[in-house]
Amino acid sequence: MEFLSDIASLINSTLRISTPLVFAAMAGIFAERSGVIDFSLEGKMLMAAFVAAVGSYFLGNPWLGLLLAIIACVSLSMLHGFASVTYKGDQVVSCVAINILIIGLTTALAAAWFGQAGLTPTLNSDQRFLEVNLPFAESLRDVPIIGTIYSDILSGHYIFVYLAYLSVPLVFWVVFKTSFGLRLRAVGENPSAVDTAGINVFAMRYKALAINGVLIAFAGAHLSTAVNANFFREMSAGRGYLALAAMIFGKWHPKTALVACLLFGFTDALQIRLQGVELPAIGEIPVQLIQAIPYVLTVVLLAGFVGKAIAPNAIGQPYIKER
Amino acid sequence: MAPVDKSKVPWWVSNLIVPLVNLTLALLVSGLFIFIAGENPYEAVRLIIYGSFGYIEGFAYTLYYTTNFVFTGLAFAVAFHCRLFNIGGEGQAYIGGLGVFLVAINFSFLPVPIVWLLSIAGAVVFGAAWAFIPAYLQATRGSHVVITTIMFNFIAASLMVFLLVDVIRDTSQMGPHTVALPKEQWFPSFKDFASLFGIKIRYSPLNISFLLAIAASVFVWFLVWKTRWGYEMRAVGHNTQAAIYAGISPYKNIIIAMCISGGLAGLLGVNEILGVHHKIVAGFPAGYGFTGIAVALMGRNHPIGIFPAAFLFGILYQGGSEVTFDMPNITRYMFVAVQGVIILFSGALENLFRPQIESFFVNRLNIKASA
Repeated sequence: MEFLSDIASLINSTLRISTPLVFAAMAGIFAERSGVIDFSLEGKMLMAAFVAAVGSYFLGNPWLGLLLAIIACVSLSMLHGFASVTYKGDQVVSCVAINILIIGLTTALAAAWFGQAGLTPTLNSDQRFLEVNLPFAESLRDVPIIGTIYSDILSGHYIFVYLAYLSVPLVFWVVFKTSFGLRLRAVGENPSAVDTAGINVFAMRYKALAINGVLIAFAGAHLSTAVNANFFREMSAGRGYLALAAMIFGKWHPKTALVACLLFGFTDALQIRLQGVELPAIGEIPVQLIQAIPYVLTVVLLAGFVGKAIAPNAIGQPYIKER
Repeated sequence: MAPVDKSKVPWWVSNLIVPLVNLTLALLVSGLFIFIAGENPYEAVRLIIYGSFGYIEGFAYTLYYTTNFVFTGLAFAVAFHCRLFNIGGEGQAYIGGLGVFLVAINFSFLPVPIVWLLSIAGAVVFGAAWAFIPAYLQATRGSHVVITTIMFNFIAASLMVFLLVDVIRDTSQMGPHTVALPKEQWFPSFKDFASLFGIKIRYSPLNISFLLAIAASVFVWFLVWKTRWGYEMRAVGHNTQAAIYAGISPYKNIIIAMCISGGLAGLLGVNEILGVHHKIVAGFPAGYGFTGIAVALMGRNHPIGIFPAAFLFGILYQGGSEVTFDMPNITRYMFVAVQGVIILFSGALENLFRPQIESFFVNRLNIKASA
């Protein structure tokens, strides 16, 4: 039973840890399917975490914090679009600029407003999201297997965890089953053909970036108003890049990207469990090396040991109408 | 706005006026941030100027920061000419510092000048090795170098903390750092130099690495614009398909460009270890690697532009620390944000006003010519 509850708690933390990655990967799919590279997921996630924490601290309601985070992230997406779609600047440079800008700005403003450490004040239970207990979770707990799965694994997560996994089929439906999705993918594959068909390439890319901004805001709010009760410096810790790697590994497809996100989440959950544990034959692995495992895994997966990833054809290229 | 004929635009318009306009815009936005943080932007500018030029120690600090930014700026620029975004300068500098230290401590029986040369080589080799893996994966497997180099920054940080805590730590001290190198191996500093002329300075991190930065700039200029290899590399960066038709191997050039880039970033370790700390301290690259991106983009990826851009960031860093000292609401992260704004305006948004400015000057010159 000890072993079974270990497994249950490992799966439980995998679902929780994967949540921001899933939102970010879905956000990335919209941008990149439309032909716009988005390395700025990292910066936007950090921005959302900051704005959500500050917003719900001052307004006393985490939903209002989330709303402000969405506005902030959509604005950043529009900035990215302004630089790289309208002004045809380099998309990667635009993303690097946004990431560095946000790392600096969030910490600088947190320090200016709340003191030198760059932390926002701890949110009380009215100002943050709380765990959601699914109905009957308590009464079903003692039922073998089903009880464990339902009460210990599925119940008791933050609302974002459920929303993240619900977003995957929704994104799949939008991208692959609607006419909007067809146009979106076409803009990323062959923008001039889409332009010939009378569809505005620029407008499509801006729409995709707007959806991207909404989705990534959830990831940030999850970090600062649900799993943690405040914002701290660089709290996104590379998750935006991990999610992008998961999306590439998942070949720009929601379902496979989800699998990759869960794999990253599982590795991270495992690395937390492994800290300070004596392993047979190896002994205790130093904590710094264990913490590097998700990053090493990212490099290994990106090296494409599971087949080469083919990006949308027009990715990274600004669209220039024939003169 | 109709695009102007590029060949009619004078060089000083596209390489001087346009970057200066972009920089001015970036600094205006930065002033807005300082205002939002609750401080007076004019006062901040005054402090920046005083802190970086107002007294001799301050100016020496400005040049010390310039040294670091020249190395990381050149590093980014070399890779960028091959269309590679090496944002792993931070990790490559960290590992480069490891190379400097290991060589210096293990060859301390050799004469000091030889140890210095070997340490510089150690920095280049270690930095290049750390860039090699992302380069190899980009060239053979197409894994995007932005993600892999970022991951290698994280991995380098973990690895170095592990080494500093468990393997090469100075066990007689509490902090995560190594023992100090023997005193005769320390680079002569500006303090020593000034005392020759009877000028007394309390402390200065500026050291002869500054000359190395000048040498590195000349080296990069020669390599990229005056050698066959530099031409091949720029061809790959400009148009990979055309380069392949011309018989140039993108595979080879990607790897060489990244290794040289990593080696240049590694030189930051020379300045920091031989010149300043004289030991490895945890986290010594302190964001200089990222600043190199802004420096290179502002300097238009040419050594002649990178040197003044590095100097500008030196002013911003040194003057910035004066600001954080006097203004309680401003931390050094404010200047990280300023870097982001500068990258935005001089990199991603560089076309914002370029057509207007270029056609303005071209029209004026035309009027003059016909008059």
